[in-house]
Amino acid sequence: MNFTTPPYLTQDVSVQRVMLQVLAALLPGIAIYVWLIGPIVLVQIAIATAASLLAEAFMLSLLNKPLGLFLGDGSAIVTAWLIALAFPPLAPWWLIVVGSLFAIVVAKHLYGGLGQNPFNPAMIAFAVCIVSFPALMSQWPALDRQADFSEQLALVLGTVPRLDAMSGATPLDALKTALKLGEGNTTVATILADAHHFGYFAGKGWEWVAVAYLLGGLWLWQRRIITWHAPFAFLTGIVLFAGALWLWDPAQFANPVFHLFSGGSMLGAFFIVTDPVSGCTTPRGKLIFGLSAGALAYLIRVFGGYPDGVAFAVLLMNICVPLIDLYTQPPIFGMKSKP
Amino acid sequence: MMTRDEFSEIAANGVWKKNTSLIQILGLCPLLAVTTNLVNGVMLSLATIIVMAISGLAVSSLRFLIPHEIRIPVFILIVAALVTVIDLLFNANLHELYLVLGIFIPLIVTNCIVLARVEAFANKSPPLQSMFDGIFMGVGMLWTLALLGGLRELIGGGTLFSGIDMVFPGLQALQLLPKDYPGLLLAILPPGAFILLGCLIAWKNWIEARAAARQQRRSPQPATAAGT
Repeated sequence: MNFTTPPYLTQDVSVQRVMLQVLAALLPGIAIYVWLIGPIVLVQIAIATAASLLAEAFMLSLLNKPLGLFLGDGSAIVTAWLIALAFPPLAPWWLIVVGSLFAIVVAKHLYGGLGQNPFNPAMIAFAVCIVSFPALMSQWPALDRQADFSEQLALVLGTVPRLDAMSGATPLDALKTALKLGEGNTTVATILADAHHFGYFAGKGWEWVAVAYLLGGLWLWQRRIITWHAPFAFLTGIVLFAGALWLWDPAQFANPVFHLFSGGSMLGAFFIVTDPVSGCTTPRGKLIFGLSAGALAYLIRVFGGYPDGVAFAVLLMNICVPLIDLYTQPPIFGMKSKP
Repeated sequence: MMTRDEFSEIAANGVWKKNTSLIQILGLCPLLAVTTNLVNGVMLSLATIIVMAISGLAVSSLRFLIPHEIRIPVFILIVAALVTVIDLLFNANLHELYLVLGIFIPLIVTNCIVLARVEAFANKSPPLQSMFDGIFMGVGMLWTLALLGGLRELIGGGTLFSGIDMVFPGLQALQLLPKDYPGLLLAILPPGAFILLGCLIAWKNWIEARAAARQQRRSPQPATAAGT
């Protein structure tokens, strides 16, 4: 006789289903990205996916775990796509491979595999590479001088030398550098008026990629793959700091909208801080986690030495997750205070 | 005098079984800071070996004279005197290396390995044994730091023995990887040291687990003394 326990009406939630929907939610962002940069983005995604799956298969076979089950769950592919989207699209192929290997082998499997990793693997890959190869990780394609696909492919494969004219800074980096060079004499408004780099409300072209990530993220929320807490708190963290400093001195600090749609804000808010493994699990914990990560991301991005701060902010907050979770346990149903 | 068994036990403890860096996890500060290349790691270990050998001998010889209540300050004084000598010797003879190692030579005084062996071993054992214990604990540190330094240098820059000309003028560093190897800077930075040390500890545990499994196969009945 078979016994089953309630609840009887359940949604079929498996790791694979969740991961596939996360991948689907990334598609609009990828589509705009391809429109902006070119099909080289798809090449990078393919490289990252292949490297991640190979690394995953290698680690699984070392651990004598079933290959099909874990390779098919899609978690490695999500990590790979996030790496490919976070890295500069014209990064040499080996940089993406190093990042993917580090994410899967060290950040994921050495810590115990899926569900055990304290740090977000994709952000570990980004942090490792930007610390190790800061120059390569800061070279983003210059939008005003668009290279064709074969040229881009040659750059990625490393068959031609890298020329400075081919690459530029991200909108965030461009703004920061211009402000630093201006030494207080330039204002954000004049810098943002430069139509080569900046569009309607953030970086030219990049703003629409961010909007697409936002739409994908909202779809994930509507599908109940993610809850609203972490993304909302993350974006609030950015807006609070960016807004306060912008109100204080609008000439030296960009407005909150610019920061919301620049760099890794949207990708981070909906696809990174919502990671169910390395993020907080309690609702209040998610709010604290997201808010702190957003604030840190803003501070590192504006006052730090690196072009963007999302990766470091998320990793720093990942360390705090066990503590936050411990102190935000919700009360047991029927109890007034926590156990 | 010491017997052959005693000697080999001290040696095995120092080099492998109680390896300071891989088992006791002591002296992490110099381990992280100076193993950016092989030469630095080896030279600091050599300095530490000399200090440990002489301090073991000295503390053990004086162990009946040192009042128990104030033994730690006395140990530190003895070790500090020795380190000062080493520091001046480095400054005089290997000045360039002295500038590279910097504060980490004086900091041998505060290295937990030295104090731990003096307190745990030399304070309770005859002089000769204590000296050998100091030497072999140092040798254990030496090969670990050399391995870690070599790995970090190789991954981080593609070379081995860079800076060897500071010790033996005229010798050149080995360029093991192609000249255009970009170098994983992370390996040179402190996180790389932590990650690689973790890998080394895992490697040692893996070897021990395999040895234990082989032992188990050879004698299926577990010995009663196992685990002691």
